Amino acid sequence: MRLMNRHAVIEKNATLLLLGSLLVVTIGGIVEIAPLFYLDNTIEKVEGMRPYSPLELVGRNIYVREGCYLCHSQMIRPFRDEVERYGHYSLAAESMYDHPFQWGSKRTGPDLARVGDRYSNLWHVEHLTDPRSVVPESIMPSYGFLKDTPIAVKDFSTHLVANRRVGVPYSDDMVANANADLMAQADPNADTSGLEARYPKARIGDFDGDPQQVTEMDALVSYLQMLGTLVDFKNYDETAGYR
Amino acid sequence: MKFGKEIVLLSLFAFAALVAAGAGVNEPFRQHMWVLFFALAGFTAILLRNTEFRPAAPIDPSAYMDGPIRYGAIATMFWGVIGMLVGVVIALQLAYPDLNIQPWFNFGRLRPLHTSGVVFAFGGNALLCTSLYVVQRTCRARLFGGDLGWFVFWGYQLFIVMAATGYLLGITESREYAEPEWYVDIWLTIVWVAYLILFLGTILKRKEPHIYVANWFYLSFIVTIAMLHVVNNLSMPASFLGSKSYSAFSGVQDALTQWWYGHNAVGFFLTAGFLGMMYYFVPKQANRPVYSYRLSIVHFWAIIFLYIWAGPHHLHYTALPDWAQTLGMVFSIMLWMPSWGGMINGLMTLSGAWDKLRTDPIIRMMVMAIAFYGMSTFEGPMMSIKTVNSLSHYTDWTIGHVHSGALGWVGMISFGALYYMVPKLWNRERLYSLRLVTWHFWLATLGIVVYASVMWVSGIMQGLMWREYDEQGFLVYSFAETVAAMHPYYIMRAIGGAMYLSGALIMAWNIAMTILGYRREEDPMPGSVPALQLAR
Amino acid sequence: MTYNFMREFADSWGLLAIALFFIGSVAFALRPGSRRQAGEAAQIPLKED
Repeated sequence: MRLMNRHAVIEKNATLLLLGSLLVVTIGGIVEIAPLFYLDNTIEKVEGMRPYSPLELVGRNIYVREGCYLCHSQMIRPFRDEVERYGHYSLAAESMYDHPFQWGSKRTGPDLARVGDRYSNLWHVEHLTDPRSVVPESIMPSYGFLKDTPIAVKDFSTHLVANRRVGVPYSDDMVANANADLMAQADPNADTSGLEARYPKARIGDFDGDPQQVTEMDALVSYLQMLGTLVDFKNYDETAGYR
Repeated sequence: MKFGKEIVLLSLFAFAALVAAGAGVNEPFRQHMWVLFFALAGFTAILLRNTEFRPAAPIDPSAYMDGPIRYGAIATMFWGVIGMLVGVVIALQLAYPDLNIQPWFNFGRLRPLHTSGVVFAFGGNALLCTSLYVVQRTCRARLFGGDLGWFVFWGYQLFIVMAATGYLLGITESREYAEPEWYVDIWLTIVWVAYLILFLGTILKRKEPHIYVANWFYLSFIVTIAMLHVVNNLSMPASFLGSKSYSAFSGVQDALTQWWYGHNAVGFFLTAGFLGMMYYFVPKQANRPVYSYRLSIVHFWAIIFLYIWAGPHHLHYTALPDWAQTLGMVFSIMLWMPSWGGMINGLMTLSGAWDKLRTDPIIRMMVMAIAFYGMSTFEGPMMSIKTVNSLSHYTDWTIGHVHSGALGWVGMISFGALYYMVPKLWNRERLYSLRLVTWHFWLATLGIVVYASVMWVSGIMQGLMWREYDEQGFLVYSFAETVAAMHPYYIMRAIGGAMYLSGALIMAWNIAMTILGYRREEDPMPGSVPALQLAR
Repeated sequence: MTYNFMREFADSWGLLAIALFFIGSVAFALRPGSRRQAGEAAQIPLKED
């Protein structure tokens, strides 16, 4: 009966109770989460993924700041209706540089995982400024203030460095040119050959209809326009996603 | 000098906040630091006005330390009303989008204010004050660590203020139910470790040989939340003078870490902690011991063991590997058993005293809480089944499920505990009015019923409309049409929420009058006094 | 570590370990002779005020 009395020890010893519960809860977390970092097939191999350009990253930070993820998912599930409505189901690789992820948990509005290139820049600006002028049923808030808010960052390279520290492969070249790239991507007159080499497929030009200044609207639209456009599904092997 | 150290430290921190307000690299951070400066400077001023140079009166080491608990009870009520009010506002914003006021009061910034307001400000303060109340009385020991209880209380309020103002300024990590940025997270970690020391220290100096089971639940809640909070919030700031940080994890790993946290915030914050509350306050109010103490032990180990695995059911059919999804589903379904074991244990505590249900509105409130606990812990495992989830995920059904748990279980059990605790804390013979408790009970119950059933209808309808095909094989509805179809349900949901809020307002009035020492003259509850005595 | 390894482990030893732990904790709680102790502990909240 000595074994049976062990629990009585736990019942009377606070430190043991503490350690016991901590042990129990830690096991679950470790067994579940840790393999994701080591299993090769957690993230399938695809071509085309690259880190966000500085302007896109600023736009993404605005997306996070305004809580867009609370109403818009970025995760298309492999169902017929979702694939027809939004496009190819989302791959793990497509969010491999997302710190943090933006999969969302609710679709008060439609999924945005592949909204890139679906609408014109002008449509996005109109829609963000006055959503019901383009979609009468919409219940989205207005974000017109983005157009009047110039991007004010002292030194954006620190953001690329922070991302690099958590594993995003930003090169020294990208970090060194971060501030210049940030402005050049929304400037139709800038020399963007370096930018295009560093960030293939980046959309370049004036996004918000106001070429005079680079605003938060430029950044957000540049982010929306690249969502889901990096992976070329013509070359994608479906069996790579088996896990 | 009374408060001497506190005043010096606070003014130093206020000065540091002022420097950060000047030197910050981004505008929201500078504004946030101004908020911090005014909060700390205001607090310093209050302490300065109350300082004394006489030696402090000696403290009776055998008396319970109830000061922070009294403040905590008031804070619970205050934040509860605020958090629920914001909830009604954002519910109305979904029905009438013109109610959004950009940029600070847009839905996207208010929604975390609502969730954190009710979960962490209302629920957190309820857990904080009841746990300190329960641990002292079941251990027969004064709180450990002198003024540590005060530090934990005020430190937690500062966390709430910084988190809430941060959301409005757009400072967020976008991790649901863990939105505050890195510097607020660090502050919460400090406060939480102090809370753990306070709680564990009190248990260690107890005079009772056993550790009562309510304390097990509270302890596991405190420890697990500490672990979850630290791991989930690991992130790299872009600058130590800026608000923006980037999560240590990315994509699929980040998603699982976040929902491992997110689901266990439900499991350990909103369930284990409040079960601790149930295992103390239900026996107290019913004046009989818990139905089966041994079942409560099984309940404890099963709950903490199973809950921790259930997180992946938030990520069904996503890019998360299948094995993790299946694991999450299996454990979620298994969770149904201990949950109902706990529910039975709570309900059966009343066996032999069921008449109290008729005469005691506080017991009624607690029983309704346990009933909703049972309901939502049945609905939850059901929704974690992958085929059900393929319909319910991304829809209002999830929102309805959360609210039947949050309003029904968490809210009602906290209300019951407060109604029990407040007269005791302020040495009042009874509450200001039991009739008002009855009003509160019915408003809250009807509010939840309206809310949950409306969200079932709208959620299931939404899910079905998204996947509806016509004979030619085309999708029938555009997304915009499904949004328009939600409008009447969003109005009804706001009404349900408003009913629940008005119940909470009645409670705030009742509690305030009780604290102020008033007593409403009213007839005893029907049946509470034997008929003979009434007839005289 | 591969998917198959994870799968097999979860279906066999993992499952067994979890089940044993669970049965163990239930047995501990319901062990003979615990009734008196449990009864004592259950009275704790009702003793003071």
